[in-house]
Amino acid sequence: MMDISTFFQHLTNGISLGSLYALVAIGYTMVYGTLRLINFAHGDVFMMTTYFAFYGVATFMLPWYVSFILAIILTAALGMLLEIGAYRPLRDAPKISIMISAIGASFLLENLAVVLFGGRPKAFPTVNLLMDSIQLGSVSIQKLTFVIPVVTILFLVGLLYLINHTKTGMAMRAVAKDYETAGIMGVNVNKTISQTFAIGSMLAAVGGIMWGLKFPQIAPLMGVMPGLKAFIAAVIGGIGNIKGAVIGGFILGIGEIMIVAFLPSLSGYRDAFAFIFLIVILLFKPTGITGEKIAEKV
Amino acid sequence: MKQKKTLLTVIAILVLFLGVFWADQTLDSYKMRILNLCAIYVVLGLSMNLINGFTGLFSLGHAGFMAVGAYTTAILTMPDVVKGQNFFMVPMMKPLDTMHVPFFLALLIGGIFAGVVGYLIGAPALRLRGDYLAIATLGFAEIIRVVFTNLQSITNGALGLKGIPESSNIWWTFGVAMVTVLFIGSLINSSYGRAFKAIREDEIAAESMGISLFKHKVLAFTIGAFFAGVGGGLLGSLMGTIDPLMFRFFLTFNILLIIILGGMGSITGTIISAFIITIGTEALRFLDESMTIGNLVIPGISGLRMVVFSALLMIVVLFFNRGIMGTNEFTWDRLFAKFGKKPLVKGGNKQ
Repeated sequence: MMDISTFFQHLTNGISLGSLYALVAIGYTMVYGTLRLINFAHGDVFMMTTYFAFYGVATFMLPWYVSFILAIILTAALGMLLEIGAYRPLRDAPKISIMISAIGASFLLENLAVVLFGGRPKAFPTVNLLMDSIQLGSVSIQKLTFVIPVVTILFLVGLLYLINHTKTGMAMRAVAKDYETAGIMGVNVNKTISQTFAIGSMLAAVGGIMWGLKFPQIAPLMGVMPGLKAFIAAVIGGIGNIKGAVIGGFILGIGEIMIVAFLPSLSGYRDAFAFIFLIVILLFKPTGITGEKIAEKV
Repeated sequence: MKQKKTLLTVIAILVLFLGVFWADQTLDSYKMRILNLCAIYVVLGLSMNLINGFTGLFSLGHAGFMAVGAYTTAILTMPDVVKGQNFFMVPMMKPLDTMHVPFFLALLIGGIFAGVVGYLIGAPALRLRGDYLAIATLGFAEIIRVVFTNLQSITNGALGLKGIPESSNIWWTFGVAMVTVLFIGSLINSSYGRAFKAIREDEIAAESMGISLFKHKVLAFTIGAFFAGVGGGLLGSLMGTIDPLMFRFFLTFNILLIIILGGMGSITGTIISAFIITIGTEALRFLDESMTIGNLVIPGISGLRMVVFSALLMIVVLFFNRGIMGTNEFTWDRLFAKFGKKPLVKGGNKQ
């Protein structure tokens, strides 16, 4: 049986992985809330951030904090561009078209990354400040493992304040409820949707940078799996619900680490767990653990 | 008129056979391979179009069904010696290591297995709608892939299977493609097909007309999975080697591109675009290689070809929503209407 310190180590790992899923999941859930669209390209937006940060440090010799902030801003711009280019022209098209457009955008970003940055994995810049370990009793844990959840919670608090207590947030909530009516009431729908994408992409960017620090190898297809898992986290938590996305992220992150830790013989199936979990949730509680039942309109 | 059309169809089929015969005699192996791929993609495209285009179920699980078909066919046709060479890490599971069936039977069993998997996945998942269905089927395909990566004693895991007998030739691929076209064509024009289309147009209206949603959705899904399995089996025996990485989401994306370009809900559109995409993929290979124009050497950028394809998908979705054919079909009637516009008074035919 596992002793308490190993358990603690797995738990902290799970929490930090869960926070990363949560940050990316918020972007999915916000976009789904407003446009009823699975933004398949979100995982690739997350991947692009790591490259922006990489080139900021490696090519332009910027200090890491400047490079990271620039990467976050660029990613927000990329998210807005994505919405304007791939989703806005199809806003009133059948849902299936928008989804295909999302899949197309995702593949376009991945292949562009292969062409522009090369298919070979690159080493993400390290930040020495975050890399040293702290000794807690018999366990030594990297500082980064603590920094990730703290940063996540800070951004989450900021986001919830923005959504619930500012004018922009009110507009976002109105657009999410019904964008046509919101438009009639004087909300600038296009601007609000752009802002939603910008914020979602920024959070994915923060997640991407921390992902790069934790798993310092970046490649054009690195965003696919985290992206899908973050989406699953969003569904588990009840899509459209920000707190739900965070809860879902933690459940998925901790669950994944714990299952591999307790049943090492199943570690080959690690990537399948998330999907099995997703399917079980979809079949038994399609609106997620926080979601309420939506009546179908005819 | 009806006899005339039947005659034309027979002539067209004969011309196709002569074409295949001519190709078999004259073309080199590279061109033959492309033609084979075209026919296989016709099968795959049609099977996906049945689910996505005709029945309106947005399913992204195609790669999984293909994997089931490809592995079944490969395992059932590989000779014992090759199996022994492949499974050097872990010996193959007992009855499978000496099991053989003829290629045709192997393809059929592969298709049936894929159909069964399709049924098992479809029965629970088809309660979901739209994007939830898409993500669930994507998840199932991914689970199939992960399971295949881990079943070392059956699938040889991540190493894949090498030396699959290359039994599929142009007669097989075009033959299977033709059977698929005829089968799906008559299915679509039957009462089942009308029910599928009714479900695509409006589920609630279809249900209130007495169409059993569950039964028809599962039927379309299972038949689609069957043909995807057959297509996967053909693909495996054409390639000669398969491994789990081949059956990633990217493969589904390729087929999606075919049905989008051809038109969701058009059989002839799918056929045309399967040829366009497959030949296009090969023709654009120069983008990945370095070019020499005069003294100037332009280094090839590997991956540029895929950028072109992704951009193509985006352009089609954004600007030509209906693809080449939309939901129309190429039929003799339409052809007559286009070229033989004789006025009625001069003995022309009413449409």
